[in-house]
Amino acid sequence: MSGCSRNEWMTIAAARLLRDKSVCFVGIGLPSAACNLARLTHAPSLVLIYESGTIGTRPRVLPLSIGDGELAETAAYVVPLPEVFSYYLQAGRVDVGFLGAAQIDRYGNLNSTVIGPYDKPTTRLPGAGGAPEIAWHAKQVFVMAKATKRSFVERLDFCTSAGYLEGHGARARSGAPGGGPRAVITDFGMLAPHPQTDELQLIALFADASVEEARAAVGWPLALADEIDTIAPPTAHELDTLRALFAHTREAHSRPVHLPLPPEGLP
Amino acid sequence: MFFSLADAIHDYITDGASVALEGFTHLIPFAAGHEIIRQRKRRLHLIRMTPDLVYDQMIGMGCARKLTFSWGGNPGVGSLHRLRDAVEHQWPNPLELDEHSHAGMAAAFCAGAARLPFGTLRGYVGTDLPARNPNIRSITCPFTGESLAAVPAINPDVTILHAQRADREGNVAIEGILGAAREAALAAHTLIVTVEELVDELPPAMNAIVLPHWIVTAVVHCPGGAYPSYAQGHYTRDNSFYQRWDTVARERDDFLAWMDQHVLRTNDHRAFLDGLSRAEG
Repeated sequence: MSGCSRNEWMTIAAARLLRDKSVCFVGIGLPSAACNLARLTHAPSLVLIYESGTIGTRPRVLPLSIGDGELAETAAYVVPLPEVFSYYLQAGRVDVGFLGAAQIDRYGNLNSTVIGPYDKPTTRLPGAGGAPEIAWHAKQVFVMAKATKRSFVERLDFCTSAGYLEGHGARARSGAPGGGPRAVITDFGMLAPHPQTDELQLIALFADASVEEARAAVGWPLALADEIDTIAPPTAHELDTLRALFAHTREAHSRPVHLPLPPEGLP
Repeated sequence: MFFSLADAIHDYITDGASVALEGFTHLIPFAAGHEIIRQRKRRLHLIRMTPDLVYDQMIGMGCARKLTFSWGGNPGVGSLHRLRDAVEHQWPNPLELDEHSHAGMAAAFCAGAARLPFGTLRGYVGTDLPARNPNIRSITCPFTGESLAAVPAINPDVTILHAQRADREGNVAIEGILGAAREAALAAHTLIVTVEELVDELPPAMNAIVLPHWIVTAVVHCPGGAYPSYAQGHYTRDNSFYQRWDTVARERDDFLAWMDQHVLRTNDHRAFLDGLSRAEG
């Protein structure tokens, strides 16, 4: 299918990683778009959990934040936040954690805390949120991030969420309950950990991207898998569904809010 | 039990207090935060899992000396520019950070609610947070020998929540996304709740969340008190306000002018809301 943007293709490629009926803890932004696209296409029984406590939610439009009312209204049920983190995530009841990050290193460790030194940062980012424990406990993790040498870095400024730590089996030896990042979807293609070293290597490219482009976008010498796959182009159904979702979302988020205030002077 | 917002803030928030305005995207007590700014409260230790716009406003107006938090951004939009300016350039004051993950803060609130000294979790492993925060430590399980993360209980001097309803006795009912509202309420020494509606009698709650009157210190009738956040069943989140805030808060002068016009020069939350709707035509 021609005429789609890299962003759209990236979201569609990420959505395809999700299996129907799996239980997925969703981060906001690109991961949320990918998870909802999966639910609206090939995985209608995907169970989406947002950290605000909405379980099995089926939003009609993408939430701007993880706590939008749309997520509560369309959820199977809504639980307090400590319950989501303790009884579901920590207890091992989440199949997939879907995260974004400001920085990622070659072993899939993530930074969303600061750029520069912690005490004197050049850029203060929002911070950890649910990510440290999602990355630790989910049975597997998918990461979505656009690649530049500032985001795919040799060394993180701060480790917010553990990937494979120093690699070479360090995560498995540490006793981590979850399996770690199984795929990193980026705007040139996809990386996955090498089975022995845990180092992220290039496993797939979009048809209009090249190995040279991938290497230029990554801040460490990018290793290549023995075979580099080409990611199948979006189907008309995938692309139409994604575009309709974005169109509904834009319309919903610009709708004026009506406050039903009582006349002044009443109790 | 029943107060005006100005009196509740005046009587219960002292300079230097630790204060948690909770609400996870939903039911954020904006009106109470604005009243704290109007009354020029100072040196507060602000606590909140997700400091968003109302904390950006309080920090930018110089109310805070310390922030205990787990995620500080404008959800779905980007940075909190006033929070960033305080951390990156100490403007208008330096801001001490006590930084956690959501799971860590949830455990700390649960411990606070139960009046236990600390909360425990399998968390923070492999991250740089424990190296930067002496409040994140580890403990050995006395039964299995497993090493677990430990965080001190959070017991705010004052927790402020916004909720849909209170009855005439001061029982409070909350519906929809709760975040850690119940834990923050039970962890506090003083609990102030602003509500959309006062009703004679709450419907039978069964499994829904009710804060019983004897843990509530003050109830304030404050319709629209969560705007631009939302109150499920009453009004929706004003996503366009959150998007506009990015521009308002980016530069110090624009921010100060906006706060002066919309918060300092308005007498109460109703005047704030009326002023906003006039500004937007």
